[in-house]
Amino acid sequence: MTPRTSPEVGGMGHSVKRKEDPRFLRGQGNYVDDVVLPDMLYLDIVRSPYAHAKITNIDTSKALAIPGVAAVITGKDLAQYNLHWMPTLMSDTQMVLPVEKVMYQAQEVAAVLATSRYVAADGVDAVEIDYDPLPVVVDPKKALLPDAPVLRTDKEGKKDNHIWHWEWGDKAATDKTFQEAEVTVQEDIYIPRIHVSSIETCGCVAHFNKVTGKLTVWMTTQAPHAIRTVFALVAGHVGLAEHKIQIISPDIGGGFGGKVPVYPGYVIAVAASVLTGKPVKWIEDRMENLQADSFARDYHISAELAGKKDGTITGLRIKTIADHGYTDAAANPSKFPAGLFHICTGSYDLKAAHVEVDGAYTNKPPGGIAYRCSFRVTEAVHTIERIADVMAHEIGMDPAEFRFKNFIKPEQFPYKSALGWEYDSGNYAAALKLAMERIEYDELRKEQAEKRARGELTGIGISSFTEIVGAGPSKHFDILGLKMFDSAEIRVHPTGKVIARFGTKSQGQGHETTYAQIIAEELGFPVADIAVEEGDTDTAPYGLGTYASRSTPVAGAACAMAARKIRDKARKIAAYLLEAHEDDLEWEPGKFFVKGSPDRAKTIQEISLAAYTNHPPGVEAGLEAVDYYDPPNLTYPFGSYICVVDIDKGTGEVKIRRFVAVDDCGNIINPMIVEGQIHGGLTMGLAPAMYEEIQYDESGNNLNGSFMNYLLPTAVETPKWETDKTCTPSPHHPLGAKGVGESATVGAPAAIVNAVVDAMWHLGVRHIDIPITPAKVWKLLRENGVSE
Amino acid sequence: MIPRSFEYSAPGTLDEAVALLQKLGSDAKILSGGQSLIPMMKLRLASPPHIVDINRIPGLDYITEKDGFLRIGALVRESDLERSELVRSRFPILVDTTSVIADPLVRNQATVCGNLAHGDPANDHPATMLALGAIVVAVGPRGERDVPVENFFPALFTTALEADEILREIKIPIPPPSTGGAYLKLERKVGDYATAGVAVQITLNNSGACTAAAGIGLTNVGFTPIKAVKAEAFVKGKQLDQAAVKQASEIAAGESHPVDDIRGPADYKRDLVRVLTARAIVRALERVKGGV
Repeated sequence: MTPRTSPEVGGMGHSVKRKEDPRFLRGQGNYVDDVVLPDMLYLDIVRSPYAHAKITNIDTSKALAIPGVAAVITGKDLAQYNLHWMPTLMSDTQMVLPVEKVMYQAQEVAAVLATSRYVAADGVDAVEIDYDPLPVVVDPKKALLPDAPVLRTDKEGKKDNHIWHWEWGDKAATDKTFQEAEVTVQEDIYIPRIHVSSIETCGCVAHFNKVTGKLTVWMTTQAPHAIRTVFALVAGHVGLAEHKIQIISPDIGGGFGGKVPVYPGYVIAVAASVLTGKPVKWIEDRMENLQADSFARDYHISAELAGKKDGTITGLRIKTIADHGYTDAAANPSKFPAGLFHICTGSYDLKAAHVEVDGAYTNKPPGGIAYRCSFRVTEAVHTIERIADVMAHEIGMDPAEFRFKNFIKPEQFPYKSALGWEYDSGNYAAALKLAMERIEYDELRKEQAEKRARGELTGIGISSFTEIVGAGPSKHFDILGLKMFDSAEIRVHPTGKVIARFGTKSQGQGHETTYAQIIAEELGFPVADIAVEEGDTDTAPYGLGTYASRSTPVAGAACAMAARKIRDKARKIAAYLLEAHEDDLEWEPGKFFVKGSPDRAKTIQEISLAAYTNHPPGVEAGLEAVDYYDPPNLTYPFGSYICVVDIDKGTGEVKIRRFVAVDDCGNIINPMIVEGQIHGGLTMGLAPAMYEEIQYDESGNNLNGSFMNYLLPTAVETPKWETDKTCTPSPHHPLGAKGVGESATVGAPAAIVNAVVDAMWHLGVRHIDIPITPAKVWKLLRENGVSE
Repeated sequence: MIPRSFEYSAPGTLDEAVALLQKLGSDAKILSGGQSLIPMMKLRLASPPHIVDINRIPGLDYITEKDGFLRIGALVRESDLERSELVRSRFPILVDTTSVIADPLVRNQATVCGNLAHGDPANDHPATMLALGAIVVAVGPRGERDVPVENFFPALFTTALEADEILREIKIPIPPPSTGGAYLKLERKVGDYATAGVAVQITLNNSGACTAAAGIGLTNVGFTPIKAVKAEAFVKGKQLDQAAVKQASEIAAGESHPVDDIRGPADYKRDLVRVLTARAIVRALERVKGGV
């Protein structure tokens, strides 16, 4: 797309350098841990060594004897105010601090308040707690067996560990496709428990002013407005009202879905500040973050695909057990306990599909958050892209050819999927074709055959994913009843400078730049003249926040709509100034002019001044607008990724030789930022594919609760990403844009697994669960008689 | 990640440091690079009441060749070793080793001697020093003594150092001509401890057979660093053709004692020792012939 504005204005399509970067690069960002208030107390948390145990005694006397320890807070203290339990976003319940028993290792058990961070840690060491261990349930499949110990004894009458059953699609029609199928394939696919591991851990500074009764919380949150409402609803009975709660989400060092939930630490800090009247800071360390904060994925999937011998897919059937830990603390839209998992028919045109998911309680940390993922779309894409590949290999068809045969065709859009989604636009074959050209697919297949003849192992894997982002239309999408609109408020100052505020919150995505570019595009103000603010609930308009790639699809649309409202008013002012009829004016970015007389023009800056100094009779002074955007549909970005791997037969190491990623996110606001999003997303796709998994032993002990064993890939492990794009605009988004932040994380893992399985299919390997570690590959090689 | 409080001393001479150790006994812990000690303190896995920081003692950061030995002083950083011309030209096996320890930030601080003194079988230098036949020089109130590195690691996280001794120097015999060595390590990601690591040092005689100086050391496949003495004995006097390399690597694998852990099952690690030993011997032979 050729930009309509000059580089100085910097509207859509310009790779404007990020306005936020100078302060980040110079160490001038302002994160929660940078907030220091007079008389501030530090909070540290005592955590459970057991995964399931009764608390028989808590002795705080030794901790309280340490100079500088101000208080020790336990569940019993919170119970006096009925704050020891809180609701989760999925209407389950979660302990803030336990009174009777702990449910996972590293669960919060007590909190120490002290005058310094060091003393707080010494206080934590000195709290003595007696536990009586209880039977531990780690495996969600075992959790659902009739003889499993019931974990949620707090729920009256609860007789099992089953949370909910959810199903979607036409079961009878789907079963029929399987009965009539010429070919069926089935695989058990586990998508392991992982953690977002953002650079900044979670934390807050809570400050309750006893004089004014106002609570201010600086907090690592992706959704400050929703958090304010949740606080008001949960703590209304102790006197916190929404007009006296201010949530400030300052600079955030990565969220990835992990900063959507309300963690017990936040609530304890707020309670501690209300009780003491002093500011209280709580900042997790890395191990607490890894061991206790919400996990992602953890889906045990059984997938079946039905089709014909010619490669036509006809039906998809999926059964899944979702391990939620001890409470369902996912952050899905209320209506969808398994998120948008029913996007699992992917890029393919198939007649019938049926999905079932059962949630299970286990003695693990709560969660089920959407890690750089629009509510389980990662799980959906991984499933369909894996099982499609299995079928292609099973019938001896090239996986690329198999995909071309089954893709939804461009002329079928808008396309109604078997599971009820209406895909807005797509051209899947074009993206795959481009990826194949870029990687020289046919040459690679030849090379692979030659190498295989020599006993060498090379694999080529494809993932042609379709995402579903931009939640979402109010008809279907809410969180705790709050509809998933988002908002923009734009104010133009008399001198032609702009401030714009949003209901979203950047955690590194570059909103200060991209939103400014949308305004530049719509109104012609240079990006340099536009300030963007988010994250302060006292000043920003209400919105549901930033996650699930919704900022551009929803708040970006609100931004365009608000800008257009301003343009409409600017037209009235320009008509008045030019003594012309509104209908006789023409707009080009930055000015109105009289049709046929380009010299008779008023720039947007001149109009801005007039809005305050010479506004037309009958028109309000000022130049500002607000828009609350309720999207008519979600957006469906897509892409095709191809990965080439070489396998070391001696050690089982997998080397990614090449990885080509072709993405299509519709019209692009800032190509550089999109490119950056894709690079980061690909690396976050590589991570679970090859390195990351939270593991537990049978006693529920976390085996890799630090970065020593929870393996985040670095630049050394990351291959050179080769990116390219196609552009299929969204027909319903005001800018034709789609979300992109998560596409690569969602699409990449399947390409990597498909490549590894492709390298070993001839040996008899059909599937390998992620993460693909050298030890797993070594085992498969040796089992199939391959060695060095 | 907040350590307990501790006392801190920074002596200016080795004598002062030894005197402090003598006075404090097991309460004292020496801080050199601190790249293992400080994380352990932050995790409260170690809470030494008294830290004796030897970083201000002058004259301990030398890498020199003297009296037939390469000598590495107590405050030589891993990055010093990586950059040393002397080491790069004569001991490529040491460059192999240091360059796979942790990451550059850690290597700028971590000391070579500390890598031995910590007594961790997952550390990389012990295997290499075993292959090289290195000698550890300890200094204490009773003066200096030499400890052959094969006697330096009696048990897990234990060394032959007394509580009042400081590891002052590592001495490595200068190898004769026609020597080559290599260290190979498999790690899960950069900066990780080895899933398994193998160090091989060989010298060939005029007829191309392996001399008695052969050394093979194994990393992180037992409770201590392992000197693969049977494999060493096997290669002595042999022409290292394909069959001999294969057999030597199988013998070395048999000398490892790995356990199942998060890095993988024991049989996987044992097989890695086999694969890496064979590859390290081949690399060492290439280096005998002048390869890099």
